[in-house]
Amino acid sequence: MSKKATLILEDGTVYRGYSFGSERTTLGEVVFDTAMTGYQEMLTDPSFAGQILVFTYPMIGNYGISEDDFESGHIQVRGIAVREYCRRPSNLHSIRTLDNYLRDSDIPGISGIDTRSLTRHIRSRGSMMGILSTEMCDEDALERLKAYPRYNGTDLVYEVSTEQVYQWPAVGDRQTDASADIKQGSYNIVVVDLGLKYNIVRILSQLGCRATVVPYTTSLNDILALHPDGVVLSPGPGNPSLLGGVIDVVKGLIGTKIPLMGICLGHLLIGKASGAEIFKLKFGHHGGNHPVRDLATNKVYITVQNHGYAIDDSTLQGGFEVSQINLNDDTVEGICHPDLPIISIQYHPEASPGPRDSSYLFDRFLAMVGKPTDA
Amino acid sequence: MHKLSKVLVIGSGPIVIGQAAEFDYSGTQACRALREEGIITVLVNSNPATIMTDEGIADIVYVEPLTVEVLARVIEREHPDGLLPTLGGQTGLNLAVGLADAGILDKYGVKLLGTSIDTIKKAEERSLFKKLLTDIGEPVPQGTAVRSVVEAKECMNSIGLPLIVRPSYTLGGTGGGIAWTEADLEKISSYGLKISPSHEILIEQCLLGWKEIEYEVMRDAKDNCITICNMENIDPMGVHTGDSIVVAPSQTLSDKENQMLRSASLRIIRALGIEGGCNVQFALTPSPIVAETWALDQRQVDSSQYYVIEVNPRVSRSSALASKATGYPIARVAAKIAIGRTLDEIPNKVTGKTLASFEPALDYCVVKIPRWPFDKFAMGDRRLGSQMKATGEVMAIDRSFEPALQKAVRSLEFGKRTLLWEDPAWGKGEQRGLPPLQPNDLRVWAIMASLRRDEDPDKVSQLTGIDPWFIYKFQNIVDMEKRLLSEPLEPNILWEAKRLGFSDEQIATLADRLPEQIRTIRHEWHLRPVYKMVDTCAAEFDAETPYFYSTYESENEALPLDGEKAVVLGSGPIRIGQGIEFDYCCVHSAWALQEVGMKSILINSNPETVSTDFDTSDRLYFEALDEESVRDILENEGSDAASSIVQFGGQTAINLAQPLDVNNLSILGSAAEAIDIAEDRQRFEDFLAKLDIPQPPGAGVFSVPEAIDVAQSLGYPVLVRPSYVLGGRSMEIVHSDDELTRYLTLALELDSHHPVLVDKYIQGKEVEVDAICDGEDVLIPGVMEHIERAGVHSGDSIAVYPGVNLSESEVNTIVDYTTRISLALGARGLLNIQLVILSKRGSSSIYVLEVNPRASRTVPFISKVTGLPVVNIATKVMAGMTLQEQGYSGGLWKRRGLVGIKAPVFSMSKLTGVDNYLGPEMKSTGEVMGVDHNFEAALTKALLAAGLMLPSKGSLLLSIADRDKDESISLIKELYSLQYGFYATEGTAAMIKSMGFPVEMVTKKLDEGHPNVVDVIHDGSVNGVINTVTGGRIPLKDGFDIRRAAAEGQIPCFTSLDTARVVVSAISGDGGKFSVKPLREYLR
Repeated sequence: MSKKATLILEDGTVYRGYSFGSERTTLGEVVFDTAMTGYQEMLTDPSFAGQILVFTYPMIGNYGISEDDFESGHIQVRGIAVREYCRRPSNLHSIRTLDNYLRDSDIPGISGIDTRSLTRHIRSRGSMMGILSTEMCDEDALERLKAYPRYNGTDLVYEVSTEQVYQWPAVGDRQTDASADIKQGSYNIVVVDLGLKYNIVRILSQLGCRATVVPYTTSLNDILALHPDGVVLSPGPGNPSLLGGVIDVVKGLIGTKIPLMGICLGHLLIGKASGAEIFKLKFGHHGGNHPVRDLATNKVYITVQNHGYAIDDSTLQGGFEVSQINLNDDTVEGICHPDLPIISIQYHPEASPGPRDSSYLFDRFLAMVGKPTDA
Repeated sequence: MHKLSKVLVIGSGPIVIGQAAEFDYSGTQACRALREEGIITVLVNSNPATIMTDEGIADIVYVEPLTVEVLARVIEREHPDGLLPTLGGQTGLNLAVGLADAGILDKYGVKLLGTSIDTIKKAEERSLFKKLLTDIGEPVPQGTAVRSVVEAKECMNSIGLPLIVRPSYTLGGTGGGIAWTEADLEKISSYGLKISPSHEILIEQCLLGWKEIEYEVMRDAKDNCITICNMENIDPMGVHTGDSIVVAPSQTLSDKENQMLRSASLRIIRALGIEGGCNVQFALTPSPIVAETWALDQRQVDSSQYYVIEVNPRVSRSSALASKATGYPIARVAAKIAIGRTLDEIPNKVTGKTLASFEPALDYCVVKIPRWPFDKFAMGDRRLGSQMKATGEVMAIDRSFEPALQKAVRSLEFGKRTLLWEDPAWGKGEQRGLPPLQPNDLRVWAIMASLRRDEDPDKVSQLTGIDPWFIYKFQNIVDMEKRLLSEPLEPNILWEAKRLGFSDEQIATLADRLPEQIRTIRHEWHLRPVYKMVDTCAAEFDAETPYFYSTYESENEALPLDGEKAVVLGSGPIRIGQGIEFDYCCVHSAWALQEVGMKSILINSNPETVSTDFDTSDRLYFEALDEESVRDILENEGSDAASSIVQFGGQTAINLAQPLDVNNLSILGSAAEAIDIAEDRQRFEDFLAKLDIPQPPGAGVFSVPEAIDVAQSLGYPVLVRPSYVLGGRSMEIVHSDDELTRYLTLALELDSHHPVLVDKYIQGKEVEVDAICDGEDVLIPGVMEHIERAGVHSGDSIAVYPGVNLSESEVNTIVDYTTRISLALGARGLLNIQLVILSKRGSSSIYVLEVNPRASRTVPFISKVTGLPVVNIATKVMAGMTLQEQGYSGGLWKRRGLVGIKAPVFSMSKLTGVDNYLGPEMKSTGEVMGVDHNFEAALTKALLAAGLMLPSKGSLLLSIADRDKDESISLIKELYSLQYGFYATEGTAAMIKSMGFPVEMVTKKLDEGHPNVVDVIHDGSVNGVINTVTGGRIPLKDGFDIRRAAAEGQIPCFTSLDTARVVVSAISGDGGKFSVKPLREYLR
């Protein structure tokens, strides 16, 4: 029998289960995701930095860990909570077990808890901080949790953004090479790494782009010095309001009329830069089944979502308009500007995990890039 | 789109293997969805045991045979603007094609909704389908569609064996198969070509051992596409998906594999242009462990490869399963899309907040297990392959795989056959061998037994082709079994065992206690199941649906319902003897409870049914119908607050009466005592004797000599049966000491504690009555007469309402007996009584054969032909309203100016090795109804709908037992006068010759020259068979080949002269001039 583990929420609710992965204490915002497949992609998605991820799907680890499904260089979540983890995975691509991967990455997990009950709790009370521990007593843990910095106040992009500029595809690297065989890059795209998922640059390179990934602290001038045909603002974790520096850069980018694509956090920053307000959702959108209506075509797409904040549509200004909305709660899923080459969407067209229905947005972006602009 | 005002919906007809209750569910949802939109719905279905054919579901209901001619007459009369064919299974689809080809749709300007003829053809015609997939770049297995055996062989030469043969436009894999040799290929191809309506078959590379994955997809006219659910077949490619154990969602697929197949599904539904639902089946590269033995070309493969196997351009059995597995009402949404609504306009009724354009997120695991009929057909070929054999299925939900599997096994209702069961043939102790692991109905148990014998899970995976993931889960269950055998029973281990789905009974067996002791300990340790909601959204939104499953977790979401409430116990999986009729009753009972202001709670395990639809009852528990789960649910609802209704769920529910009663759980309606009197033969005999109502003389015996004494004093033939089961199981008519000895030896071997009953077999007219009793009055909706004399199971007989050959005094006696029995039993609610009338020289004696204090399978039929809402009235009686308060009085309900005929429908062509001779054991899977103003017309329609009608010209093969020869003379004369040609076996041919009629003699000895009896059936020389036999049930070697050949050739085969006689009367009479009109017009 595995060691016992406890997950305690900031309101004092306690869930007792068993430890897997690393045996230690971890803290973070507790969020749930409703996707039924794709745990490996989620674990390595930098947007989950600072969070303890609850999988609503009860059996996690079934198909092991593969060599090709990483979305960043390492596990990004602080910890995970599952109903049951699979000790004996089975899949053609599996090279190791989830438990083994967590252990090697020193990330703790808790299993055997009523994750549905936990999900219902978060749904009704809203997102909150939690502590997952194999060693602390409840009182000490709660004490520690209370003293710990809140999610909203932590600059998590700082933790996940690249320190070095790098190219994608990069020769000799399996992660990038695998997607580099289509055609050599004709467009030069600068990707601002706020918590980049590999699949964004995989898709760009499949579509024939050369991507230059830059740290989130890169200045406007340094970006422009790379002579980008287009700029992508990546998704990422945390509170956009903490990213004043990036917001200024985005303001500048908008002014240059270089085609701009903002995804998730990138989209929120475009909103911020244009003067709109951001608010925190009660428990966020995390899953692979959210219906979004494209107001231009009136068509509905099933999208992958992973965000805790949204743009307040009533505060949009400077000619920006809502382009897409979430059919579940009518929140803003995309904004556009009639005169600017901007694609700004709250959800994840790069999928991975989840439905690939929105990958057309990359084509649309590249169509903008291909069009001569007056800049 | 032009606004539609009237839409014709085609039902799927009788229940047969491959097309069961799921289409009542989908059709009912569709009709209700269309009515919500203000559209007048016209429904045609020949199956009376369906909710969809009830008043209040569709606006105009036709219970008429499902043929192109009849539908053309309906269209001519009703002038609908649209036709919705995609909810009536393969039958609906094929009829739509038939109507279009006949020019009927064009002639009357009827628009085909949802799926165009072009699309149906593209999806169903194998050659077109293959081309479409190739055109859009989807991978298909190597192979071609062919129209001759010669072409099939050419294909074999280029691809190699084994090959799979799939006929176009057939149902449940009918006529298909896997060819391992050239001879197989010849045989399967020629049969498949014959049976395919378009005489086309697909010869394809056989992907045995590959994973089989399905996607349920939905598309609207605006081209919005979603997938509802994916499902993984535990049994790999090679076993029909209807015969596979299926899990939802997929378990062994990575997100990449899942999205690869999901994206392909969307491309396919778009290319087909379907507006509505569709099911796509894929084969996917198996696990390397499986590939090692099964898919040799995939051994070193390092990427996932898939092939598209099949598409159903309609709502299917898998859609019903997906609906119940996810909570997403596929049929309802498909119907709305068909009339032009889009996904983003249709609300999700489950959450009440979101829209139909989303993809359900599951936070549980669903397991479906097929229910095969081999408990009834022990002689049948149990091997599973590309042709479906299951009659029904069960589904179970839990938070992980092991408990879902275990609950599904419990739901199969095999009595003592829990997952611990082993076939004695597999050996015990030192003699333990490795059980056979090829696909058959017992494979789940064989896998368990192998693992118990310490077989390596990877080896089991290789032997079965089942992904190791599943085998490891089986191993987890076996590991727990071993712990329970060796470790002391403590809270921790008990909790873990319950989390793995072990029933109290299994734990009791392993831990050497009684089930009741386990239950007590469980309660002491506060180990009770909680109930979680199926909400389509993994708890992301607050849902309103009352759809629950049990699990051992911490939070209970099903707080007891407030107010007066009752639990309707469902009927479980569809099987021979317990079909859709009982689900029909349960649904009406739930609705009736609501009418009297009570909350209705349903328990059922069958995903195909209307009863398990999320909005049928106030609350649905998707659970096994066994003592443990029913008691758990009652305790959850508050034992004192909820009573159970056991009368409508067939034998399943009635069997729970005793355990409920013993545990002081209250029953609504007839008390357990009344049920016991009816079921216990001795008590029943005393009971009837006290009422001075005759029953056939007989006695219960415990030994062979005793039996022979009794039989000789009664005189042969005698009817023998065990005392402890009802419903004709293991019942036989025996004609001699030898037969009796054989039967008794077997019966006593199986159970020596209960007597075997030996009754005088009275070969008279069989009659049955349904009645409602409130303790004061007894309302008898109608008396039904069976065409076949006693000896053919009532479920397999043609029943006629009203009894056209019954005298007034006979009817009066029947009413008198029924009334007195009902009152003396103290019945509250429904009863069914079976009687036999023996007429001798003008006077008749009436004997009571059986009393069942519950709803019978004739309830839907009698409700339809009398217009009385029988279940509704009975439920209200149980809830405390008297018949008088409901506006009814006692006695026989006034008959209407109609004749209704119920005919049985068989699925024999699919069950190799099963004898289709009709006897005391039931064999039919479904029923149809013919209704008209006279007997011949009603009969003609019933026979047409049941596929029992002979063509008006042609030849018959006759093989008549010596005992029946005299009786058959008039029949043969009549056939001759109708200008039928005769083929006959030796003795029968001699008789026909002596009558002076031409006849061709064919031998029944298959190894003695040609043409033999089978040849003339196979080559189409004969259009029907009349074959009666002498002797008991086994061995019925005589004529077996004739009957099987007829079943496989799908031509009518009559094994009772009574049936043959009425068929001939239908042909010779005016039956051909039948009416086609709404049911309610016959009732006027």
